[in-house]
Amino acid sequence: MSTQTTPPPALEKTLPSGRYGFFDLLRSEWTKIRTVRSTMWTIGVTVVLGIGIGALVSALTRSHWASMNIGQRVSFDAPATSLIGILFAQFAIGILGVLVISAEYTTGTIRATFSAAPNRSRVFAAKVVVFGVLSFIVAEFTSFAAFFLGQFLLSSPATHATLSSPGAFRAVFGGGLFVCMLGLIGLGLGTIIRHTAGAISAFVAILLVLPIITAALPSQIAQDIRKFMPDRIGVDVLTTKSQDFGSFSPWVGLLIVCIYAVVLLAIGASMLERRDA
Amino acid sequence: MIEAKGLTKHYGDKHAVEQLSFTVRPGVVTGFLGPNGSGKSTTMRMIMGLDAPTAGDATVKGKHFKNLQWPLREVGALLEAKAIHPGRSARAHLTMLAQTNHLPNSRVDELLELVGLTSVANKRAGKFSLGMGQRLGIAAALLGDPEILLFDEPVNGLDPDGIRWVRNLLKGLAREGRTVFVSSHLMSEMALTADEVVIIGRGKLISQTSIEDLLSQSTENFVRVRSPEAAKLKAALEHQGAVVALEDDGSLSVRGANEAAIGELAATIPVVLHELAPQSASLEEAFMELTEDSIEYHGTTTSAGPTNSTGAKS
Repeated sequence: MSTQTTPPPALEKTLPSGRYGFFDLLRSEWTKIRTVRSTMWTIGVTVVLGIGIGALVSALTRSHWASMNIGQRVSFDAPATSLIGILFAQFAIGILGVLVISAEYTTGTIRATFSAAPNRSRVFAAKVVVFGVLSFIVAEFTSFAAFFLGQFLLSSPATHATLSSPGAFRAVFGGGLFVCMLGLIGLGLGTIIRHTAGAISAFVAILLVLPIITAALPSQIAQDIRKFMPDRIGVDVLTTKSQDFGSFSPWVGLLIVCIYAVVLLAIGASMLERRDA
Repeated sequence: MIEAKGLTKHYGDKHAVEQLSFTVRPGVVTGFLGPNGSGKSTTMRMIMGLDAPTAGDATVKGKHFKNLQWPLREVGALLEAKAIHPGRSARAHLTMLAQTNHLPNSRVDELLELVGLTSVANKRAGKFSLGMGQRLGIAAALLGDPEILLFDEPVNGLDPDGIRWVRNLLKGLAREGRTVFVSSHLMSEMALTADEVVIIGRGKLISQTSIEDLLSQSTENFVRVRSPEAAKLKAALEHQGAVVALEDDGSLSVRGANEAAIGELAATIPVVLHELAPQSASLEEAFMELTEDSIEYHGTTTSAGPTNSTGAKS
């Protein structure tokens, strides 16, 4: 037992002026995201699927060009073909979005984080910015690389496109933006659900299961609902020929996906603020 | 300084913490004792602003934790062992925490050195033992060199060497004038480490006292006396107001007089003494006595007599 003597005077530390700031939180979130392997894996898969599948389909198309009839050749969408991998890459980036927050909950890191920086909304905003910028760069890189590689592989005799072809730039840039937004939707779902498996299931369900359910509805209702669904919007963004009747225009579609992301992130932020960590 | 005022946390019908008020002052190690499930961790999480109280208030340095300007530099906490991403290295974990409060990277290296994790700093924390996880948690708590420290069960999973290290660390931190609040279910450990204790049971405050008072207040404290003239001594002691019981083995159990008083009295009578031995309750027993009514899940208890020992003095 320690001997009962008069306790020493309380330690008075001199603290730097001001307080912890947003830039400090950005640095911290950047450290967090780059120091786990799941980031490298999901980004790697995003890039490989995004570029690889488009390249594969482009190369196959070129080798079968001679056997395609004139109708097929006319309706052939060169940009969309090279960007087809985007529809696979969206899952990988969505999983990263989920993991960026759900892994903090499942491992308890979130409590260490909030013990160092208790302003939860600001921490979350830093996380959204860091992940958003990273996924934007990865998604746009993937989309542009997929486009150029795909067009190179198509080359002659097949029809191929350049960025100045009608709709091509929009498809390429919009495709990247679409993937980035789906990543943020994943982050929003992860924040709301907090469990990795649950949030990934929800993310996959939105993209794969909802369309199947809607397909079972009467066709007029189905069509009205379908055009609001992210999977349909994604396809429309990539397409440069023969837009589906009843769809939103690609830019409006992208705006709608942005709104989904913002709404989910806002719900997530408010729950993060209110719930016990 | 940590203050809880009427701190209350309900989870539905379950009252985890109920009207809890206490003060933890700087310069001493304050133990936070209570049986399992008595609300210690919940209380610490409320102090750290992680859980919102249903009612009442917890403050550090007179402020809500959320309003601190440099939280990590003002308050350090080890709340759970291995609250770290298994894929992240110890260095990366500390770095990301340091950055939130604008602490230099050199501070991370200093702490890794202090807790003895330098050699495994770049290994994935998932491979860490519980003890290494605790050391990393302690490093995180000390990262900002804070004046106020909270540790929830810091010696869990540590080997005897590690336990001694933590004990000395906590005492050293208190000696520097810091506020040190440490929970443990190891009462004997608290006896060696803490100067004061806050004891809770079922979420309610049972006692806030110094370890010494806790032991001396215990009714289990008495002096065992053997004498060939036991009856004479017994009468004399009772005359002085002590409570004396004649045990089966012929010894006397004296309460209400210490060994010095008994010895002096024996000399004045005079009677010969064969034994004069203060029996102090261990902290464990004092604690059991206090929390008897508040333990949620009772085992069958047989009342064990007081021991010689002294968790408090070994």
